[in-house]
This record gives sequence, structure tokens and C-alpha cells, in this order.
Amino acid sequence: MSVNLLIARRHLMASKKQTLVAMLGVTFGIAMFILMISFMIGVNQFMERTMLSFTPDIHLYNDISTNYSHSIAGEYFKGQPVTVSVAHPKPRQVRLDLKNAAALLSRLRRDPLVAEISPVVTTLVFYNYGPVQINGSISGVNIDDESRMFDLKDKMVTGLPEALLTADKGILMGSGLAQKLNVQLGDLVSLAAPNGMLMRFRVVGIFRIGISAIDNVRSYVSLANGQQLLGKDKSYITDISIKLHDHARAAVAAKTLHNQFGYKADDWETANASVKTSNLVRDTLTYVVSVTLLIVAGFGIYNIMNMTINNKMKDIAILKAQGFAGRDIMQIFLSQAIFIGILGALSGMLLGFILAYALSSVPFPPNEYVALKYFPVAFEPAHYFFGLLFGSLTPLAAGLMPSLKAAKIDPVMILRG
Amino acid sequence: MTPALTAEKLNKYFHEPEEFRVLQDISFTINKGEFVPIIGKSGCGKSTLLYLLSTLDTDYSGTITINGERVTGLSQNELALFRNQHIGFVFQFHFLLPEFTALENVMLPALKLGRWSKAETEERALAQLQQLEMAPFARQLSSKLSGGQQQRIAIARALINEPMIIMADEPTGNLDSGNTRLVFDIFNQLAHEKGIAVLAVTHDLDFAKQADRVIEMKDGHIVSPGA
Ligand SMILES: Nc1ncnc2c1ncn2[C@@H]1O[C@H](COP(=O)(O)OP(=O)(O)OP(=O)(O)O)[C@@H](O)[C@H]1O
Ligand SMILES: [Mg+2]
Repeated sequence: MSVNLLIARRHLMASKKQTLVAMLGVTFGIAMFILMISFMIGVNQFMERTMLSFTPDIHLYNDISTNYSHSIAGEYFKGQPVTVSVAHPKPRQVRLDLKNAAALLSRLRRDPLVAEISPVVTTLVFYNYGPVQINGSISGVNIDDESRMFDLKDKMVTGLPEALLTADKGILMGSGLAQKLNVQLGDLVSLAAPNGMLMRFRVVGIFRIGISAIDNVRSYVSLANGQQLLGKDKSYITDISIKLHDHARAAVAAKTLHNQFGYKADDWETANASVKTSNLVRDTLTYVVSVTLLIVAGFGIYNIMNMTINNKMKDIAILKAQGFAGRDIMQIFLSQAIFIGILGALSGMLLGFILAYALSSVPFPPNEYVALKYFPVAFEPAHYFFGLLFGSLTPLAAGLMPSLKAAKIDPVMILRG
Repeated sequence: MTPALTAEKLNKYFHEPEEFRVLQDISFTINKGEFVPIIGKSGCGKSTLLYLLSTLDTDYSGTITINGERVTGLSQNELALFRNQHIGFVFQFHFLLPEFTALENVMLPALKLGRWSKAETEERALAQLQQLEMAPFARQLSSKLSGGQQQRIAIARALINEPMIIMADEPTGNLDSGNTRLVFDIFNQLAHEKGIAVLAVTHDLDFAKQADRVIEMKDGHIVSPGA
């Protein structure tokens, strides 16, 4: 070990309390950073997982845009120098479905990018159960396709998704909806479609996605029953859910599909823009708090280093008189800061891990909106690496100025007294 | 006789609080094996001169040559190395590092120099302490020793790198007459037996008289350059 490090170590050992206090500042800063970022990323991942677990990579549907640019009056007076103004125009009859869905589906099945597809008929309905009437929506699906895409099996509270295949007019109901209607497995509910059609379905399963916006309104029936409820034929499809082999390519693929077929194609990132936003908010918060903690720790170290150096003016002068150069003095004090930083960062990582681990085993308060047993916590090596990096860099930065000051001390001034 | 230190036309000014010429055309030579006290009234510039000669203060005009090497104009890093190799210091307030033992204090300049292994350095430091009759205190924290003991440790520290010249600023200013006598005996011995040049600022005229020659200063001049 070089003399400089020997002296640095002796200084640290001689004022253990001070060293410990300086170190604890870094320790808590890094521990909080690790805890916060683990928790926040845990929440982010949970949110993304729940959202994505129920968002297809691409959602293809007919976006009804009521087009008022065409009017019969306009057609009639075409070319003549008159201004036609129509008050309260009414849109033409619009179709909600995807035209020639069969061709579309077979095209998609042949697409090498596509892993799974699930054709869907969706419509708004009224659920009637006794006197209770609740509005919601139903999706008519090929339950095998849909189940494969969204892993419905894992999300059933009671019953099985396949029950839709065997039961005549079976329905899989969202857990929130079932609760509101107070229905149970085997109960009959009647559904009223917007066109006035009424049909009775038997509850063959109850699912729970963990997103109240879905669990409180959505039910599944078979594709045929859906088409029947709307009074449409076998080719009537309103939406197609698409799962890709590589979901990172969704945005590009969605654009291609839109250009090819003219229908609206939302990729999962666009559909979950709000999740992305709240992730960003949480990330920002984490970094702001962590940086603040580290800056506070940095100031603590700066103060302690300054104090040490003021107390050691004479020692510095004597070392210089004996042939220690400015850079030696700098090394002596900077290495103390680095030592404090590395030790503080390491113990901070450990404390952070312990706290994060403890949090991950705290039961999450049960509620109907989120399906969480414990606080979500992510354990990622990268966080610990950054903790170590920032924990070591902060004291280095904080120690730099005092160390430079020490290096520049004029020994003559000190020796004169 | 070979010169250990030569000063030529040293001039030094202080600009604060007002322009003031502390040292005026100081020239002299110290030879190897000479013990030369510097005396003079308080404020005449003795300490200032010593800081110049010891290369700690570089803000002056004139030339200083130590052991044949011109030190005037060297960079701070070069000067640090030069001090480490060639100059031993003793101060009025011994200035030992309080966190280190007596032995470690003596070892530090040698460890910095890096000429000897750690074991060798320790051996040499112990031998040095032995000569000054301080070996029994080697393992004690320096802050736990008496003033006279500390000063002897400081002398051992000044000698560890075998410098050609020792500079001391009122090394006995804090000591009783017994310890003062001891320190001057050591200096005399170092000069005469080891051929080291010793330059010591002192107020103790009794001792100054016993030296080979005395440099007496007055208002920034040398009045008696010695015989
Ligand atoms: N940093 C400084 N700025 C301005 N004037 C100074 C400074 N240091 C010393 N002086 C002045 O320079 C003169 C010489 O000071 P110096 O310390 O060399 O005297 P000295 O001979 O060592 O005195 P003493 O015997 O009391 O130690 C004094 O008049 C002192 O006031
Ligand atoms: Mg003086």
C-alpha cells in the first residue's frame, strides 16, 4: 500500500464516528434509491403485465368515422355557382363490421409475422337479471383462439373457458359484473342488444383480468351467439385481435395493416399510452427523490471533508514540507472520500435489497381493482449496479473540492501560525 | 570544503498590508559539516529566510543552490521531491502526525521516498530513534509524548532520508534548558560526525556562541556573515 493510502486509512480510523456518519449518508441514499426504484419498476412491470395481458399486439377494427363531406344536395348542384348549406346533416347508414372478414382472416393467417389471431364480434348490451339492469359489452369469440391469445384459463375465478363450446348459450362473465348482477355459476341472465334483440344466457364461468374497466363490463359468448344476438350472418366480424411473434414490431406491422386494409389498426403501445405515461411519471419521481437523497449525502460528505481538512491544516503543511506533493495530498483526501463512497454504496445496496425484499413480502391490501397478493417489487441487477456507481461517484464529486483545497494549502502560511 | 547551500542576492517582498522588503540582498554559503545558527531580533526576517531556503516559499528573487543543484525555478512537484530527498526539517512546534506512532512518524518521509523496503525503513527508523535515545517510545502515539521527546522524534524524522542539510526554525523554542542542550548537542554531532549542514534559527545566544559561526540578521540584512 502506498504511503498516501496508509495516511488516508489512518485518518479514517482515527475519526471512526465521522467516517460512519459520512458513510451512513450514502448508505441511506443508495438504500432508498434501490428500494424506490425496485418498487416503482415493480409497479410499472405489474401495470404493463396486466395491461398487456389483455391488450392484443394489434387490434384491427372498423373505426366509424361519420363522414359528412358527401351530401345529395352537393351532388345535385355540382358545378353550379351556388353555396349549399345543409343544417343538421345525418350520416349515411354505416357498417360497424369488417367487410369480407373471411378473406382478411385467411390473409392474416398466412402472414409470417402473425402468431395468433382471434376474430371477435363486440357490441354494447344491457344485462338484465331480475330487476337489475346494467350496461356493458359482450365479445363473441372463438373461445379457443381468444383463450390462447390472452391465457384466459389462468384468469378464471370459476368455470373453464371451454365451457362455452359445450354449453348452449353459455356466457363467461367478468367478476365485477357478476358481482354487480349478483349472479353465480349456472344462473341465467338476459341480454338486450342495441337492436332490441333479447337473448338468455347461462353463466358458465367467471373471469377476472385485474383491470376493473374490463372485469366490470365485459362478458364472452361464442362467436355464433354474438352474431345471432346482433341478428347478423356468420361472416359478421367487428374486430380482430392479432398477436405477433415479436411484439416489438407491432407499431410497424399495425401501420402496414392499416395501409393494406384501410381499417384502424392500434398497436399495444398506442393503446397503452396512458400506462407508458404513468410509468414515466413514476420513473421521474424515483430519480428526483434518489438524486435529492444523494445530493444531501454529498453535502454531508462535503462538510465532513472540509472539517477534516481544516483540522488537518498543520498535518498537510508538515507533509508538504517533508516532500509530499500537492497530488499526494489530493490522493490522501480523495481516497478517503472514495472509501466512504464505496463502503456506503455497498452497504446501501445491501440495505436496499433487504428493504426491497421485506416489502416484496408485505401483503397488498386486498381490493377489487388490482389482482395483487404482495407489493410488486422488481429485483434487477442493473439497479444495484447504478446504486454502486452513483454511490461511489457522489462522494468523489463531494470530496473533489475539499481535496483540491487541501492540495493547494500553502505550507508557509500554516507553519508561520 | 564543499558548499551545501548557497544563497545569492535573495530579495523578498511582502505586498500586504503594505509594500515591505523583508529580505535585502542576502548572500551566504553554508558548507557541509557546518552547524550555523541564525540569530537576530524578532521580526528581522529569520523565518522568512528559512522558508525561502527550504524551497517552501518560491516567491523571491535571487538564486538558491543546494548541494550543487539550483532549486530556484523548479516546479512545485520537483521541489517536493527535492525536499523529500535532500532537506530535513525541524520546527518549533514539532508537528508530528498525531494519528501515528513515533516510529511511523519517522518512517513516513522514507516510505514516501520509496528507496527502502518497508521492513528496511522500519529498521532504519528504529536505529535513528535509538541514536536519539527514543527507541523505548517507538510504538507510542506521538501525541502522548512530552515536548522534548517529540522534538527528538522530529529530528529523527528529519534525518531518516539522509538529507545533506537540516533546517530548523527555533527548534528549542518550546523546550527547557536540559532538552535545549540535548538538541544542540545532537545538531553539533550531526554536523561534525556525519558531515551534515545544519542551519538553525534560534534565540538562544548561549548556544549560538558555541557554534562554528553565526549568521546574525537585522532588518532583512545579514550583519555578521560569520567568520
Ligand atoms: N505573510 C506576511 N505578510 C506580510 N508581512 C509578513 C508576513 N509574514 C511575516 N511578515 C513580516 O515580515 C517580517 C519578518 O517576519 P519573520 O517571521 O521572518 O520574522 P522572524 O525573524 O522569524 O521573527 P521571530 O523571531 O519573531 O520569529 C516581520 O516584520 C513580519 O511582520
Ligand atoms: Mg520566526
